[in-house]
Amino acid sequence: MVTREDVEHVALLGRLELTDEEKEIYARQLNELLGHFRALQRLDTDNVQPTAHVLPLNNVYREDWVGQHMPREDALANCPDRDENYFKVPRIV
Amino acid sequence: MLQLYQRTAHELHNLLLNKEISAEELNLAIFDRIESVEDKIAAYITLTREKALEQARAVDQQIKNGERIPPLAGIPVAVKDNICTDGILTTAASRMLAGFVPPYSATVVKRLEAAGATLPGKTNLDEFAMGSSTENSAFFPTRNPWDTGRVPGGSSGGSAAAVACGEAICALGSDTGGSIRLPASFCGVVGFKPTYGAVSRYGLIAFASSLDQIGPFSRDVTDCALLLNIICGHDPLDSTSARFDVPDFTRFLVNDIRGMRIGVPEEYMAEGINPGVREVVEKAIALLESLGAFVEYTTLPHTEYALSTYYLIAPAEASSNLARYDGVRYGFRARETSDVMDMFMKTRSQGFGAEVKRRIMLGTYALSAGYYDAYYLKALKVRTLIKEDFDRAFEKYDLLVSPVSPTPAFRCGEKTEDPLEMYMSDICTISVNLAGIPGMSIPCGFVEGMPVGLQLMGRHFDEGTLLRAAYTFEQNTDYHRAFPAL
Repeated sequence: MVTREDVEHVALLGRLELTDEEKEIYARQLNELLGHFRALQRLDTDNVQPTAHVLPLNNVYREDWVGQHMPREDALANCPDRDENYFKVPRIV
Repeated sequence: MLQLYQRTAHELHNLLLNKEISAEELNLAIFDRIESVEDKIAAYITLTREKALEQARAVDQQIKNGERIPPLAGIPVAVKDNICTDGILTTAASRMLAGFVPPYSATVVKRLEAAGATLPGKTNLDEFAMGSSTENSAFFPTRNPWDTGRVPGGSSGGSAAAVACGEAICALGSDTGGSIRLPASFCGVVGFKPTYGAVSRYGLIAFASSLDQIGPFSRDVTDCALLLNIICGHDPLDSTSARFDVPDFTRFLVNDIRGMRIGVPEEYMAEGINPGVREVVEKAIALLESLGAFVEYTTLPHTEYALSTYYLIAPAEASSNLARYDGVRYGFRARETSDVMDMFMKTRSQGFGAEVKRRIMLGTYALSAGYYDAYYLKALKVRTLIKEDFDRAFEKYDLLVSPVSPTPAFRCGEKTEDPLEMYMSDICTISVNLAGIPGMSIPCGFVEGMPVGLQLMGRHFDEGTLLRAAYTFEQNTDYHRAFPAL
């Protein structure tokens, strides 16, 4: 059972600020969905390996050489606030 | 007499080669068409008329100079707005990226440009590709050209609708749980989700990275093969991109399926499938049999668990991928915030729509301490069982066929209130993504005047068998020639 407190905790983890109405809706909908998903518990998976990825890929290495990189101006062009060559954010400490 | 906007890319290529039309005329015809129907369909978020005409004139110059032009040169190919285009607005249909102009292009966009295709614009989608109807776009819903009271399917609804009504000749979309095949089915066009890793995802705005794949929309199977030739292949910029020998996909355009072994998973034809859809699909299967394929019913026993598995894994991956939208480096930032935490919270709450927030909540819950084993890890294990069902089926069959969706296109607003009911639209398509295999939708008939798609599913990297079966079906039917009256 997902409680309103659970919803508040998960919203904080996901960095979402929810209205009272949203908390109520998401609590109800998460309960409905997770109730449906509990059907998975019927399956015995004790000896089943998890699949995170379908391709038999191992680590992908490349040569350590300097390539062409995005100009700094381009990388900064979309930021909401900047100070010269830095991304600017509200005070942290 | 067909209009230019109703033709296929390979027909238009011949008209260009024979100098019956110019690429500029073709692109102008597409923009005329857009002008006359776009207010009813709303397929595009951004139109790039000047860029398309400039690209078209370059192709015309090549033709004039007597140079050989590649098959897609001068052909308008629309691109879903979650695929980055250098210098052109790319929004993922989210307020979060409403003003985002990427400083680079996705590999598939570069490949299209190198092949001479023109870009008419960026197409609408469900926000961050999360949805099955294109009603979750933060900007406006797209309508189905066959009945504007119905949805085009999603999430690549703009791409499918644009191709269906002649606002583009071909298009690219992305498919995480059916987002190419479902709208292709609802709009009566060909849609192909390649094998996981077959197409580079560099520049695709990430939703669920173990499932996402880019693929083409077209009016027929030949154009589909031509587009696959352009977009498939290894890319060092995408570490999940596979190294494999990319064939010339046009060599699978063979009108012959004699001896092909086709399985019909009974779970996909069971209760819950609209009787009209089942009848159309059964007729399509009977046709494949009459053309010489060996057809029998089979079973994918874990199918009933696929929806739950998918809607745990995809939101879990999404909650992680979408953590990057924090208002610092690009995208929306909320105003008037007290500190950096407050800025993160307000930015994300104001920038994301309801469905995206719901999936972040669901995914974060499934990954959180105390629930990880019961939900996320459990889903990864069941994913193995689902994949093994397919492995077993493909020991016996070359191809599996089924409906793409249990129903034809539903009415606008019909499923927006109930997330589970909306998720059920994906019931026939999600297993393909979980298993990472190729899947395709081809037009196979009509129910209630709406198109129905036949889904073809094949082995990893066996795109060719799907194309061959699809081409054979197409050569013996007329469904792909139907064009919506608007």
